[in-house]
Order: sequence, then C-alpha cells, then structure tokens
Amino acid sequence: MIVDRSYQAVTGRMAQIIEKAMGVDYSRYEREGIVFDYEALMNDTGYSLEDHIRIQQTYNVGSTPVFELHNLTALARKYAAPGKGARIFVKDEASNPAGSFKERRACTSVYHAKKLGYKGVIAATSGNYGAAVASQAAMQGLKCIIVQECYDSKASGQPEIIEKARKCEALGAEVLQLSVGPELFYEVLMMLEDTGYFNASLYSAFGVGGVETLGWELGHQFKDRFGRNPDVVVCANAGGGNLTGTARGLKKAGCDAQIIAASVDLKGLSMASDTQFNRKSFTTAHTGFGVPYATDPDHSDVPRSAARPLRYMDRYVTVKQGEVFYITEALAALEGMEKGPAGNTSLAAAFSLAQELDQDQIIVAQETEYTGAGKHIQPQLAFARKNGIELKFGDPRTEVPGENIVFPADPGQLKAQESDLDRMRSSLIRRQAGHAAAPLTDADIAYLVEETRSSPAFVKKVLEELGK
Amino acid sequence: MALKNDWVRIHRNVLEPEDRTGKLPEDTKKVPLEMWVKGRLQDEKAEIGDEVTVMTCVGRLEHGRMIEVNPCYDLGYGEFVPEILQMEESLRTALFGGDGK
Repeated sequence: MIVDRSYQAVTGRMAQIIEKAMGVDYSRYEREGIVFDYEALMNDTGYSLEDHIRIQQTYNVGSTPVFELHNLTALARKYAAPGKGARIFVKDEASNPAGSFKERRACTSVYHAKKLGYKGVIAATSGNYGAAVASQAAMQGLKCIIVQECYDSKASGQPEIIEKARKCEALGAEVLQLSVGPELFYEVLMMLEDTGYFNASLYSAFGVGGVETLGWELGHQFKDRFGRNPDVVVCANAGGGNLTGTARGLKKAGCDAQIIAASVDLKGLSMASDTQFNRKSFTTAHTGFGVPYATDPDHSDVPRSAARPLRYMDRYVTVKQGEVFYITEALAALEGMEKGPAGNTSLAAAFSLAQELDQDQIIVAQETEYTGAGKHIQPQLAFARKNGIELKFGDPRTEVPGENIVFPADPGQLKAQESDLDRMRSSLIRRQAGHAAAPLTDADIAYLVEETRSSPAFVKKVLEELGK
Repeated sequence: MALKNDWVRIHRNVLEPEDRTGKLPEDTKKVPLEMWVKGRLQDEKAEIGDEVTVMTCVGRLEHGRMIEVNPCYDLGYGEFVPEILQMEESLRTALFGGDGK
C-alpha cells in the first residue's frame, strides 16, 4: 500500500495516528455543544495521584528538596516597604535524574507506553522534556526519539537547544533536528506512523497528571517543616502543564496557596520566524508559548490538551529576559547555586512578588533546572551578542525583545509586570464560543466558567460583546 | 571519507519552500524545512556531500546528504561576557555593602 506523505494527507490523518500512538480516543470526552469533559480525561488514565507517586519513586523521580533562599530574601527586603518581603523558597527540581521537573511529566507516559507494549516513545520538544523522556526511556528500557526545532536557515542554533540535543543523545535517544517551523508536528506524525512508537506528548493526561506530584510534595513539605501552607506558589508558564499539574497537586494536598503564572516577556517576536528564531534568549517559559497555549490550549500534538492553566491561575505576571539572567547570576553569587537560566523565570518573579507580601509570608518558586555548557548565562549571552543583541544595564521595562537585553541596574529595578488575565479569559471564551455550531446553552456557559475560572456573569458579558 | 558503520551526520530538506504550510511568517515561507540526524553509515563508503543512508541509534533508516563524519559537539561557555561580572559585583554590594570585591 502506498501511503500519501504530503503535508495535507499526513495532518489529515492526525486523529487516527494519535489514537494508535496513545491508545486514547479523545472523542470519548466530547459532550453536547462545546463542552469537553476535562476531569473525565484526567481520571481515565487509570493512574491516581498515589500511582504517579509510586511509579515516580520506582524510577527515581521527584522527592526533590525545598531550599530557603535567605540571602535573596534579605536582598528583596532591602527594596520592600517596611515589614514587607516574604521568605523566598525554591523547589530544586534540577535534582531529578535528567535535571528538571519535566521528568515527572515523562515518567508515567513512558511507564504507560511500556505497559501497553510499545517498543519506543517519541516526543516533540526542544526543551528539558526531551532529556526527561530520554532518561525515563533509558531507565525503563524503551527506545526513544526526540524531535527538536533547533536551527535557523543558516544552520545556527541556540546553544541551549544544542546542549539538550547532546543530553538526549547521551541518554541513548535518537535526536532528529529540524529548522524553524510548526511543521515539526507533521514530521512527528510521520515518525509515529513509521515506527509505531508511543506519542509521549507533553499535553497528555499522563504527563500533566505526573506533575501533580510536584504540587502535592510542596504542600506536604511546608506542612511538615513549618506546619503551614505557602502563601504564594509561582509557576513558570509555557505550554501550561507545569502550572496545571502543580495547582492540581497543591489542591489535593489541601493547600490553598495563590497560584501565580510567570513567563518571560518576548512580545513582538514571532515564534515561527526564521530570522527571529535566534534573536530570543529563552526557548521556553516565555509569552510566545504561555499566552497562546493559555488562551487556546487545544492546538498541540493531541486533540485535547490536559494542560489548561486558565482553570487554575490567580494572576499572570511577566519578567524580562534581562531580569531572569540577573536572578540566575544572583542565585549563583548570593546563594551558591548555579541553575537555569530558563528554570529561574519563576524565581525572578518571586523575588519581585515577595516585596508585595508581609515578612512572615512564604513565596515559592516551584522549580530549578540543570545548567552546563551551552545552557548557561555565559554562552547564551555571548550568543545573543553575536546575533546583534545589545546587552546593557538600566530599567528592564525598556527591554525590546530581539533588540536588547536590559539587566536591572540595581535589584530594586527587577519588577514583575501584571498581565491582564481577564483579557486572556475573554480570548479563550471568544475562541471556544466561535466553535459552537448552535446557540450556547447553560451547560456551555458553565463549561466556559470552569475553563476560565471566572463567573457566569463574566462569561455572559464576553458572549454578549461577541453577539452570541 | 567514511566507511560502512561509521557514525555520521546527514542533512535533508523535508519540505521545499513551495510545499510548506500557509500559516508561516514571510521569511520562513521562503526557506525549506530542513532536517539533521546522526546514524551509522549503511553505504560501503561515502564522501562528504554524497547522498547516503544511515541507521539511527533506534534502528531507523534515514537518507540525506552526508555532512559530517564522527560528528562532535562544539558547545561550550562562549566568549567572556563582562556584564556578568558587573552583575555579580553589584549584587554583592547591594546585599553586603562595600565595593562588591
């Protein structure tokens, strides 16, 4: 049989390829109107939180330490109003086997793939998730292919992505590297068809369910150590799985901490542009993923994403590239820890947000990530300079992504900026209501309230403006 | 030159510019979607630039133009960035006073 491998033909077969490559029939979760049963998708995996914990313990994932950052707390208090400046903590996710929280996301996917008899796993990622899947595949004895968006048309690649390719290969994975473009998913679909491997999607319920252990651990770690919950947990936000899983886990641990999303502000840079690809210094945790995935979760490599961050976030702040590099240096110079840089996005925000809180309150940046050659502020800033990006000190709010990186001239200039969450909620409502074939019912409206963590009045107001 | 079973890196255009999806920025539309992968050479021997077949580490066959034999990683810590030192000194000064030295 001759298989049509044209772009249109392959993407047209997406639903059947994904069903075969994951064993999940997503149509089971579609209800009347625009309603999709999110909780049914999450509960149908067959893995409870306790199962995720047990599987992760078996494969050396999780149980990461929480560190109090005394010097960063003291520094934040110097710039806060009297009595302000919460205690800053970080969860050291870099101590997972492959160096990031992403291993929580990979572990059950690989376990499930093996249980169902797949010979290997495939993941589309230029980030830490590749190393996480490769590590788990090595540990659990499956083959692994990582598909990366890596180079521009001059074959120049971000040092951070090239390091992740090296790490994946070191852990035994095949790394297929591509130039810039969203057709990466086309390549992945063809690979899934050719190999019969499992699609270890970042956006599956197995993956996002795996992150629940992070929130659950956090809740218990603070209760055990301080007899109380943290007041604020800051989660870096890109595809939304980190925040979604952490928030769900915190809730299951009985922790009602405020959940704040943080992304690096890359406003104005197109993520699919060949010429702008190497003008950014962050390849993840940035607004180029964070905003579109929050407002339209279902445009990934699965028909329905398990990462739905607007259901859980209380606030969404942005920080500048220069601010995250600065806090990365501060973590090394003042706390004796080299981590990141991208994994310090939530820490940069936490340093600023701590100054809004009282001194007896607790704020947690819920991740760190590994660092090393290529994936480190020195090579990343050297690469930026080589690509014509100006490096300077000043007010980070003047930073223009793709033109310059502005480091705070003093720590007091590191200020997380508030994003308009209602605008994002409205955007999600407009998009999903746009898919409706019939007039919206009360059930549709209740679903949109859940999707946006808003109120019926808010949803109705947006719908009225839309004429629905 | 590479011989059969040598570890090599190949390159191939997956989609030519005219075959790419419509939802792309203008600059990306003008260039092909390219692919790079490593594997063991399946041809008896080959020179750089030859069309070859390789077997990747998971046992998958791929074809393309051979661009490197025994491909190495050349990533490092890049050129010195003096601003990092300036950040470090100013952070110490901000917390502990003095001149950051």
